[in-house]
This record gives sequence, C-alpha cells and structure tokens, in this order.
Amino acid sequence: MYRYDEIDRELVNERVEQFRDQVARRLSGELSEDEFKPLRLMNGLYLQLHAYMLRIAIPYGVISSPQLRKLAHIARTYDRGYGHFTTRQCLQLNWPKLEEVPDILTELAEVDMHAIQTSGNSIRNTTADQYGGAAADEIDDSRIWAEIIRQWSTLHPEFSFLPRKFKIAVTASPGDRAAIRFHDIGIIMRHGVDGELGFEIMVGGGQGRTPMIAQTIREFVPQRHLLSYIEAILRIYNLMGRRDNKYKARIKILVHSLGVAELKTLVEDEWELIKDGPLELPADEIERIRSHFAPPALETLPADSPELAASRAADKDFALWVDTNTAAHKQPGYAIVNLSLKPEDGAPGDLTSDQMDAVADLAETYSFDEIRAAHEQNLVFAHVKQSELHELWVELRELGLATPNIGLISDIIACPGLDYCALANARSIPVAQRINKRFADLNRQHDLGELRLKISGCINACGHHHVGHIGILGVDRKGEEYYQITLGGSPSDDAAIGTIIGPSFSSDAVVDAVEIIVETYVELRQDGERFLDTFRRLGLEPFKQKLYGGAVDAAA
Amino acid sequence: MPLLKQGKLIEDPWIHIPDEVAIPASGPAIISLIRWRAERDALVEREDPLGVRLTADQTAGEVADDLDHLDLIALAFPVYTDGRAYSNARRLRERYGFKGELRAIGNVLRDQYLFMQRCGFDTLEVKEGETEEDWRHAVGAISVAYQPATDDSTTEPAQSLRQRRQAASFKMTASG
Repeated sequence: MYRYDEIDRELVNERVEQFRDQVARRLSGELSEDEFKPLRLMNGLYLQLHAYMLRIAIPYGVISSPQLRKLAHIARTYDRGYGHFTTRQCLQLNWPKLEEVPDILTELAEVDMHAIQTSGNSIRNTTADQYGGAAADEIDDSRIWAEIIRQWSTLHPEFSFLPRKFKIAVTASPGDRAAIRFHDIGIIMRHGVDGELGFEIMVGGGQGRTPMIAQTIREFVPQRHLLSYIEAILRIYNLMGRRDNKYKARIKILVHSLGVAELKTLVEDEWELIKDGPLELPADEIERIRSHFAPPALETLPADSPELAASRAADKDFALWVDTNTAAHKQPGYAIVNLSLKPEDGAPGDLTSDQMDAVADLAETYSFDEIRAAHEQNLVFAHVKQSELHELWVELRELGLATPNIGLISDIIACPGLDYCALANARSIPVAQRINKRFADLNRQHDLGELRLKISGCINACGHHHVGHIGILGVDRKGEEYYQITLGGSPSDDAAIGTIIGPSFSSDAVVDAVEIIVETYVELRQDGERFLDTFRRLGLEPFKQKLYGGAVDAAA
Repeated sequence: MPLLKQGKLIEDPWIHIPDEVAIPASGPAIISLIRWRAERDALVEREDPLGVRLTADQTAGEVADDLDHLDLIALAFPVYTDGRAYSNARRLRERYGFKGELRAIGNVLRDQYLFMQRCGFDTLEVKEGETEEDWRHAVGAISVAYQPATDDSTTEPAQSLRQRRQAASFKMTASG
C-alpha cells in the first residue's frame, strides 16, 4: 500500500495544526458557526442530530493493521468504542467532542491518516475496487490510479469550493465493484486500440434526489493525461455548475442540461490547452506510485489447496462461508476474503474497537497486515492462503464477522438514518435489523441467492436505495416514518435505477412487503435466475399485483 | 478596505468607481465590466492605470481580448464558498497570459489566502483587523503542494507532481 514519506507526512501534520487553529478560533468566538462550518466540513467534521460526527478517510478503502489499531484506540478513547464504515470507504465516529477533534487528528496523523476532504464541496475521498491488486479479473491495480488522484485532489487550490461535493471512483475490472457509474466521475481502465492501458472516463452519475447513471465523456484517455482530463472536467464544472440551488448543483445536473456531447466539447477545448502542461504525469512518478503497490510476497502454490478441499468436505458451514464470502484471487492458491459487518443483530457497517483490534491482528497473521473497506460496508482481507481459510474462518466466527451472507438479502447497505443523522426522515438501522431477523434462516437466504437490498433514511440516498435490487427509502408521512420501495436497481456494470413500486409502507408493514416481493420472485423465477433477472424479465407488474392486489389506488 | 499585496498591508492606490460615478481623469481606477464595454473607446485613451472588476458569473474569457488595456482585474467572491474566481484567475494567468495585478474582492477570508495565491492572485482586499502575520501564517500553513497550479506552472517539467512550497512562498514575501 502507499507509504507516506516525509513530504506526505508534512502536509498532514500541517493540516492538523491549521485545523487546531481554526477550532481555537471557533471556541474563542472569533469564528461564527456559519464561518466555521465550511472549514470544519473540509476536515470531515459534521454537526449531526445529537453530536458532531467525524468522517475519517480511508483512501480507496486500504488500511494497515497499525492504522486499524489506531482507529480502535481513537474510538475507544474519544468516542463510544465503535466506528461505522461508510459506502465511500470511510470510517465515521458518531460522538466526538469538538475540542478533542484536533487531538484525534493528531493521533490519526501519527499513522498517516486524516479526515481531509471527507466532506464539504470539494473532491472527496477517492474510492476504488476493494479487490484492487488481488482480483482475478482486473487488468491493472486500480489503487495506483486512485492514489494518484488522491494526491492531485488533496488541498487542490482551485477546486476546494466547488458548487457541490465531487466524488471520483476507479475500477480496473470489467465487473464493477466500486459503483463507478454512480459517481461524479467514474473511471474504468481499458486497453486502447494499440493495446496501451488507459482510461474510459464517465461523468455525471449520482444518486440523491435525482439519480442518474454516468455517461461516457471519452472512451480513452492515455495514462499520462489522466489528471489533465479530470482537471479540465472540474474546471468546467467549477465555472458552470449551478450555485443557486444546492439540489441542482451536482455535475449530473450540468451533464443533463448541456448534454454530454456539449460538455465534452467544453471539456476538451480546455483539455487541449493544458494536456501537455505540468499536469502531464511523468513516467517516473507513475512508477514511484506503482512501486508502493507491488504485490506482497505471495508463494507459488497449487491452484487447488488440498487442505481447503479437506476442510470443505468436513464442515458444511465452512464450505458455505467459502462459497459466499470469498472471491477469486489472481494468484493460484490464494483467496480474497470478505468479513461480513452484517451480523443478524448489528447495525450494518459498525465495528467495535475490540473487533477492530482483533481484525488488525488477524490481518497481520493471514493477509500481510492489510485490510480493505468495501463500499458495501464490509471488510476484506485481500491475500489469504486457501490452506489457511479454515483457521481464519474459525477466528472470524468467534468475532461475529463470518456471517456467510455476502451479496445476499441480509448483506444490507444502510445509512445511519434517523438514529444519528440530522437530514434523515426515518430510521434505517432498525429496519435493516428486522429484515435480517425475518430472513435469518441462512438456507432461505442462500436459496434466494444474490439480492442486493439497500436502505436510505432520506432522499439523499446515502444508503444507495436507488441501486438496490430492492431499495427502501425512508419518508416522512405526517410525522410518521414510512418506507417507499423500489425494485430493479443495480450499482454495477449493468447499472440501473430502481423503479418505485407503489405507495409507501408503515414501519410495521415494510418487512412484510419485502417478504411478499421476495416470495413473488421465488414463485416466478426460472432456473438460475437472480431476483434482478426475474424483475428484468417480468417488470414491476407481478410484484405490484401481489403487494397491493387491486388496492393500489386506495392505498395511495 | 485594507489591501494585502504579496504579504504586505499597503495603502490601496486604486479606487473602485461605482457605475453611477464619473471616472476620474487621472489615478488608478477600477470599473465594472459593463462600464468598460460601454466606454471602451474612450477609456483605451486614458493614460493612468485602469482595472476591471468581474462579478462571479462573468468569466475570464469576457476580458480576454482586452487584457492589453487593463492593468488590474478584480475577481469577486460574493461569498467565500463561491469558488468560481479561482478558475477564472487561473485562466487569466495560464490561458490568456495576463501579467497585471489580479485582485480578490468580496468575502475574502484568511483561510483562502493560500488557495488564492496558488491560483495567481497577488492582491487581496481583506477584512479590517487582519494582519501581515495572519497572511504569513495562512500562506505558510501548508508547505506541500500535490499539484501544479498557477504559482509554479512555469517551472521545469516536474519529476513528481508533489513539491515543497517553501521556496515559492518565500519568494512571494521577499519580492513584496
């Protein structure tokens, strides 16, 4: 992973001192809350329903064991002993005290971490495929390019006061795991006509109250021009994005109003002027960054581990976990392991300090001291020997992190909702927990197969409900929490935005509604069809009939 | 309003002329873009320095053909969260090659000095009570730059996009 040197460390330390000064000016009253707000937001500090919330960046989701131990320590010392992993590969602390935040940042800086640009109208934490450097299907290591973008975007003097937040995601695999089509800029690595490795650039994706799928603005950008191309996009957006209405300020609205062809003309007019300038990436610099992501010392092993085969045969539960929670590694004899942060009773994405310490220790033993955070709010060990999977599984099970449910109905993405968030209309976490309980039978979950269920507590869509195979959106109906259901969304390379099925449901009724939808799928599915496939074949109607009967109009 | 020029608080030799006030025959004067367009033919004959101020939604391109006649361009920050002027500043410097004074006006806070300097501004109209020390502190707060910008775009092709900035900021204050 990327290791800081003196220069990187200097910036983070200076940023801490700068923020310490800003907090002091706020506490002394020199800065009003209005003046302080954009400053604290540039350092990931929100004011939520009950307290401040600090969002710590985990660039493209990669974190070392010592770093995770530090997060455990910080959560234990300054917060309530747990943290929440987000859909943008960050970690949120829900109860920090303002006057202690500079100390938290100092502690983070000791392990080369920070909260820079995890909020505010800036270029946010760059995200990437959580399997980068390990995935069997990747054509390059997406982390290299995410790190290059992270550096370029850090304290960018021109783009720190954009019309609205700006999110960039990178993947180097055809099977998109980073939801790049729902980012302001989505980057897919591609081979050009002469075999050269470069990037397809997509623009204008996003969720929120106006969900849109990103469109390709340029099929191929060579490596050396990556930064000049995205700088040109940002410059046009900074100048032309709407600032009169925050709900119309994201670049997706600009793409929609200009059309992607017109935007491309403007961007490429700018790009022509700057592409051969100082932003052209020197080959040495690419190599320097790439060298940080050299593969760990993986052994040459047989493709199929006899130990794994024996353990699988001996233990059905283990075999189920291997089938569900591991993914193919590019190196024979290794596997990628997902740690499920979706136990039956937990809040999706939450991890206690004790669990963080334990995970850090396990990563040290089994996966080269390194952990990944996935946008689905799970963790990943990227390089585990297949022969050691059983040992690891035993340990993870003790920690409650081996629920074999990755990609299943209980692997729910949920935002913090009304339990924490000042913007929410409804709670998300209790609904996730009740759905988990209803579908607690693992055999049933596995029979249902891949089913992405995502819950947002409000229209801002932090819980990605638009791209859930089943999406649930919390709404306020005359002061009561209600839930609107959408079907057919997908965050991946078959990106789609879900369709609203009908009138919303009370908190009591929403779990029943999900069950009716799921049972309708079971009745109608053909061999091997996932929920999404059945929905795509048949559309909304059969689900609607089962759910509302003839009562749709009455219920509305 | 106090004026910060390259780290020094100085007496502002320029005056802002509102649209309804006559432009004085002599002395450095800053006028609106509308005024400049309306009276351009007469104003190009004016001997003393002339500047134009752009509102946040007026772009660098709108004065690109007039730069030979202008000694100063003032870019407005109606609120400091409106960052359009950063892009206009960079375009004026890097795309259109403006060599005159680039001034930040409006809601100018010290937390933005560094970004303004990096985008090519050289004077800032600042709040009452700000000190030169505040300026040095704000501009020196971060000594590392991860990306080229206006302040260093003329250097040799970089081996790395990262660089330490001390040299650049010392240069600014020394030449002030």
